Amino acid sequence: MSTTVTKPRTALWSGQSIPRKEDERLLKGQGRFADDIRRHHEAYVHLLRSPYGHARILSVDVSAAEMAPGVITTLTGREVHALQKPFIEIAPAPGGAIEDYCLAVDKVRFMGEPVVAILAETAEMARDAADLVQIDYEPLEAVVQAEDAVREDAPRLHEQVGSNVVWHGVYDYGSIDAAKQAADRIVKIDRLHFHRFTSTPIECNAGLVEYDPGSGEYTFWCNNTMPQFAAMFMGPALDIPTDRLHFVTQDIGGSFGNKITTYIYLTICAILAKKSGRPVRWTEFRTDHILGGSHGNERTFLDIVVPVLNDGTILGIEARAIDDAGAYPRYEPLGAVIWSQVVSGVYQFRNVKVDYTQVVTNKCPVGPNRGYSRMQHLWMVERIIDIVAHELNLDAVAIRKKNYIKPEQMPYETPNGCVYDSGDYPGSLDAALKLIRYEYWQDRKQSTRGSGKLIGIGIGSTLDSGTNNFGQARIINPDLPFSGNGEVSNVKLDLYGEVVVTIGTTPQGQGHETTAAQVVADILGLNPDQVRVLVGHDNRRNVYTGFSGTYASQFAVTGLGAVRGASLKLKEELVTLAAALLEADPDEVMLRGGTALVDGDEGRSIPFIGLANIVFANNAMMPPSLDVSLNCTYTYRPPFQLPDVERKQGNLTLTYASQIHACVVEVDEETGETKILEYACVDDSGALIHPKIVEGQVHGAAGLGIGAALYESLDYDAEGQMLSPNFFAYKAVTALDVPMMKTAAIESPSPFSPNGAKGMGEGGGAPLHAVCSALQDVMHQSSRALVVDSFNPSERVYRLLHQDEHAPRGVQVISKPS
Amino acid sequence: MTEPVKSKRITVTVDGTEYTRTVEARTLLVRFIREELDHTGTHFGCDTGHCGSCSVLVDGKVVKSCMMLAIQADQAQITTVQGLAFQDGSLDPIQQAFSDHHAVQCGFCTPGMLMATEYLLSQNPHPTEEEIRRGIKGNLCRCTGYVNIVRAIQALGAQEEVIS
Repeated sequence: MSTTVTKPRTALWSGQSIPRKEDERLLKGQGRFADDIRRHHEAYVHLLRSPYGHARILSVDVSAAEMAPGVITTLTGREVHALQKPFIEIAPAPGGAIEDYCLAVDKVRFMGEPVVAILAETAEMARDAADLVQIDYEPLEAVVQAEDAVREDAPRLHEQVGSNVVWHGVYDYGSIDAAKQAADRIVKIDRLHFHRFTSTPIECNAGLVEYDPGSGEYTFWCNNTMPQFAAMFMGPALDIPTDRLHFVTQDIGGSFGNKITTYIYLTICAILAKKSGRPVRWTEFRTDHILGGSHGNERTFLDIVVPVLNDGTILGIEARAIDDAGAYPRYEPLGAVIWSQVVSGVYQFRNVKVDYTQVVTNKCPVGPNRGYSRMQHLWMVERIIDIVAHELNLDAVAIRKKNYIKPEQMPYETPNGCVYDSGDYPGSLDAALKLIRYEYWQDRKQSTRGSGKLIGIGIGSTLDSGTNNFGQARIINPDLPFSGNGEVSNVKLDLYGEVVVTIGTTPQGQGHETTAAQVVADILGLNPDQVRVLVGHDNRRNVYTGFSGTYASQFAVTGLGAVRGASLKLKEELVTLAAALLEADPDEVMLRGGTALVDGDEGRSIPFIGLANIVFANNAMMPPSLDVSLNCTYTYRPPFQLPDVERKQGNLTLTYASQIHACVVEVDEETGETKILEYACVDDSGALIHPKIVEGQVHGAAGLGIGAALYESLDYDAEGQMLSPNFFAYKAVTALDVPMMKTAAIESPSPFSPNGAKGMGEGGGAPLHAVCSALQDVMHQSSRALVVDSFNPSERVYRLLHQDEHAPRGVQVISKPS
Repeated sequence: MTEPVKSKRITVTVDGTEYTRTVEARTLLVRFIREELDHTGTHFGCDTGHCGSCSVLVDGKVVKSCMMLAIQADQAQITTVQGLAFQDGSLDPIQQAFSDHHAVQCGFCTPGMLMATEYLLSQNPHPTEEEIRRGIKGNLCRCTGYVNIVRAIQALGAQEEVIS
């Protein structure tokens, strides 16, 4: 990875790719994941799931299952209805009227919805007993397409809501009408469809749940990645105070956002643990995970109108968006506002009108998925750029450079009040084009034509907006009492002077132990090996906010901001205490190698063990006027204000990391098979704490995006039957499918974060944009078909290549009389 | 007709220790390793033999332990990720290369990926990139895009002596 740094580094450890502290245990098989937890007298859950997409439950008979060998107890939707209150809904009316329970009560609304839970002495006995459960269903007509779900006569999922619409709102910035007036031409695109896929972390959802009747406390040894959000849902649902919900996470085998909404399943386990008096172990099989875990948002964009000038200047975008939440909203409709963090993407257009509707359908509920909600919108923007370029016969690079926001415009306020902190989009594009050997492939493109293969070059831009201002939730529902963001860290000395760090986060491979140790080492004058960072989240450590977790590209800002604040507090205490003991001025005391010493008179020193001794075990020696604990907690709060809810306006995230991807594809005209020949990612994540970790995140996001672009799709038939419920049918990318991508980094430090870093890791689905762009380039040389879907397996590429030239192309260019 | 055997007494050697247990005939090897022997380093990530996180060596050959019954492993020598490191606890060359090249992120696919690599290099000490990709294609990783895993194995393949 080549790196361009725009500011000299001063830190010793931050900025270096030191060996990861996590590696040794993970490489030796000594990591501890949720399914590795064992408890005496534990019992096993098996969930019986709906085979229908939409059906009424006429009867459930568990009597034979309860008599089966090893069965301890069962749980049905009827019991849950009595034992649980519906989970809170984020949406206001109409979506807010939806009632969501941990097991289906009267109806099933998606294939894979849990209907009955069985608890038995072994996992096998629980599965055996499931065969004895009798459930009578009355199948109902299903609705699986979002465009069908909005129709008046569509089957209703939630009768009490009155329609399938969860949320509707219009985002209107600048003046799209004035832009249309000022335009030389109007480009109209009928429909673009962003498909449904998910990240399928290799560790499925899991938990071991215990109930302590003496205290009324539940303990969840689990891999949920936003535990306090889960607590906010589960406390009211179980009608208990949130302090009775004790969450512990450890090593987590990937999440990509998918493990945020597991509170549904943890609630089943909690009820079973209390009912049975046994520790309850629950681990999904892959089929469970794909059927009933968490899918990414599917979104359809209709009636897109793009006013442009003849020179390629894009003046704005108008569109209708219909987002498909699946059967229950759960984390939604937050996605209905989160896309607006990047309303104009990396582009300068200032007139945007999006009419946004979110609906429920008979499919698995969606949840955050790497690039959550922004990638759908950014994909549409990038599709528009390429389509406009081709329809106007403009160069795809030139139109981007003309419309990109320029580095000298930073910080840049977008039409809806988001403030892009820093970045160099044209510079990133140049670097990406160089990495893919753009000139070479432009020539080859011409010479390859007629050979049965076609070469396409594609570009995709993305913004990894990070550190959410949760005030944006009020744009969805003005009654939600949320705003700002925050993470907590504790940095302390232990009894013999050991440095121990605690954070509220739930890392899943991002190397928090390593980067936190780098930050602490720099502040306390240590080597990172001398800093221990505790694994995962545990609310008994008293280090969390309601936002704690690892999601939405924020750790480098919120997590490390908290670690930095706590370390600075501890440093001040150490220096103050040492100065008093050494009879020195605090300004003269420095920390080095685990010792406090007087600058220039280094014989006067006291090691951390000595300072710890005085505070923890020898406090009659403590200087009388001092009040130090050597146990320092700090909450990092980004400087946010409430957004303007009426105008849907405000700064919605603190940092805006960017990635520009470029690729070269070769398409076989006979088969439609697409092969990636070159792939490059240029990311700008601000100041880098650990360049290799950042690069690894870039690789991973690109790998998932390439999978989504060409191989991975969650498909349902018209009855709501899931057609890709396991890794046979859901073709997760393998090592053969992902090319050896090239990367480069530009570092434009953020002026708004405490350390110049920007949160990153999601990559915004950039490969979907870049691969579609390259395929559009291929079609431009052949059938002139439009690439209108984000998912392009060989058969779809083949159909596009061979699309009849007289077939409707789904695009119109209207020239206005001058 | 005789009833099929529902359980069987088996003896296996896992990471150098011999175990004799009576197991249900339907018990998958991965569940035997994880639940019966409590060797939780070997992971379980799908139910169809696709993800490879349960890969172990059975008599020197890489096997997805969710695709084999425990009773089929009777008398076998099994090596899991927990048997790779040297006696003194230091990392073996493959583990070290994965660390050096940042080929580990969440670490969940890692045990299976290491076993697939161990087998690949035992058969082909100097594989090409294409051979590496074919060698690990049965092991899914969702964190790394495979880039640094391939690089780590390339670095091992470039060395004179690979397997100690």
